[in-house]
Amino acid sequence: MPDKPDRNAIEVVNVSKIFGSGEGQVAALDKVSVSIRENEFFTLLGPSGCGKTTLLRLIAGFDFPTAGGILLYGHDIAPLPPFKRPVNTVFQSYALFPHMTVADNIGFGLEMLGKPKAEIKARVAEMLKLVKMEALAGRRTGQISGGQQQRVALARALAPQPKVLLLDEPLSALDYKLRKEMQIELKRLQHETGITFIFVTHDQEEALTMSDRIAVMSSGKILQVGSPWDIYDKPAERFVADFIGETNFLTAAISGVGNGKARATLKSGTTIEATVAEGFQPKDNATVVVRPEHAKLTKDKGDLSGTVENIVYFGTDTHIHVQLDSGEAFTVRQQNTRSAGCGFERGDKVGIMIGNDAAQVLRD
Amino acid sequence: MASNFSIKHQPGFTAIAATCFVVLYLPIIVLVIYAFNAASSTSEWGGFSLKWFQSAYQNTQVIDATLRSFQIGAIAAVLSTIFATMAALATTRTASYPGLTFKYAAINQPLMVPEIVTGVALLIFFSRIKIFTGYSGIGYLVAAHTAFCIPFAYLPIRARLENMDLTLERAAADLYATPWKTFRRITLPLLWPGILAGLMLAFVISLDDVVITEFVKSGGQDTLPTYMLGQIRRGITPEINAISTAFLLLSVAIVTLFFFVSRKRD
Repeated sequence: MPDKPDRNAIEVVNVSKIFGSGEGQVAALDKVSVSIRENEFFTLLGPSGCGKTTLLRLIAGFDFPTAGGILLYGHDIAPLPPFKRPVNTVFQSYALFPHMTVADNIGFGLEMLGKPKAEIKARVAEMLKLVKMEALAGRRTGQISGGQQQRVALARALAPQPKVLLLDEPLSALDYKLRKEMQIELKRLQHETGITFIFVTHDQEEALTMSDRIAVMSSGKILQVGSPWDIYDKPAERFVADFIGETNFLTAAISGVGNGKARATLKSGTTIEATVAEGFQPKDNATVVVRPEHAKLTKDKGDLSGTVENIVYFGTDTHIHVQLDSGEAFTVRQQNTRSAGCGFERGDKVGIMIGNDAAQVLRD
Repeated sequence: MASNFSIKHQPGFTAIAATCFVVLYLPIIVLVIYAFNAASSTSEWGGFSLKWFQSAYQNTQVIDATLRSFQIGAIAAVLSTIFATMAALATTRTASYPGLTFKYAAINQPLMVPEIVTGVALLIFFSRIKIFTGYSGIGYLVAAHTAFCIPFAYLPIRARLENMDLTLERAAADLYATPWKTFRRITLPLLWPGILAGLMLAFVISLDDVVITEFVKSGGQDTLPTYMLGQIRRGITPEINAISTAFLLLSVAIVTLFFFVSRKRD
């Protein structure tokens, strides 16, 4: 994002969080460091148990790190209780106060900050307008729908104008259509308020569509930080490539590493150009990944050759599973047209063309 | 939809249920009816009359015992509810740790230890204190009632707390509320129905107690139940029925109120 200033809103420095003690010790976070820029929509992505929620809770102050520091614009906030941090959270369960109206919920943070009544009233009205909930200001939170509760939770967390907004899988309880709507809504809110968002999700599609940058986490570690494009097209490790989208893994011998590029000699004997993950150490058998939509099936000889094993129709596209002559499996995704089938049948001998700039060499 | 198999319908269930209800309610119905007896017998009907209610109302001993019962009940209910609320907060707003189950058991001790044991223990304990301090007021009864009412107040409060989402308090803290403000603005209002339920339950339990009161009371400190027990020893008149009926009405009223309070806001 070219117009984003490079100031860091949050710096997580060597943070570890260990639960339990003695033999039953579990490291939920293992020396994690990451910087989150001002005004950024930053996503922590990973499967359940990867430590993403723990990291969010440490930033919010619901838990304290075992080691390391958390800097908010340069000040260490790690030892502060949650009510002393200018950071607000949107909870997965929304956690709206059931004994208060929508307006009282939204005004709660400002009230606790001791703002004058007139200011609270004006700000609440502004927030209600921002999330399009003006008509329901006087309702109890039990009397509104899940999507509306979600909007109130957002408005409540945004009302005190936090330096950073934390969102803990806030869309997971919504149905598919509403979730899509709220994804766009969240992007709009982030843009309009200019507040730094830290969003936690296990949904890779959600992460790719909404984020400026994504940190992929697994087993208490951050494996890769980058733009959605980086994460999808240039995964650094097998876990990242596998977790996000579908991909083909090929074994290759790597030569001529330099300038982030290399030559990869596949088992079929063909040599292709590939980009190389940062931190790659030369070795005999490296792993090369190619996305199914970046390869093409042909009836002629290609970079790889094999036999069609299975054809799966998906509406917008067709996945063709090929057993390579080398013994590896490879999937090609082919865009569908309305008038014709995919042009291949089970048992066909086929070649696979790997496009220019389609292969990435992993570091593990 | 008709079903040939239902565990709700088995031979004998209806008869058993009917027997239980008869045993439970028939004696009470008979008691209430004879409260309105014009004759001074509790078994022979001599026409309708309200005179026993009137005589109970004019009996200064009855009024004295009733007022004492209310006084002890009110103070014990308020005190035990305060303690029970604190205990419930301490035992639910924390992660589970070794010894927590033991604390539950310790708080609920009066539910498990036979009342007669507690009564005897308190009698001996308080008599020592009486010798040392010379104080022989109503304080002993209040203390005893407060102690055995705590678990009754504790149960509904704890049930309410356990159903309360901890994230609400976390959300309040996130929105700059200090722990005290979080308690006052979030926890307490949401807990209120549980506290009221606990308060009323404690009051009813205190009002009803005989065994411990009998052991702990000094001369002239009869509560309504111990007064009634004393009267029955000397022979029963329908006056006892009248007092029991009034007592019954009061209990029903409190339980009904309790029901509506605990349903409100849910």
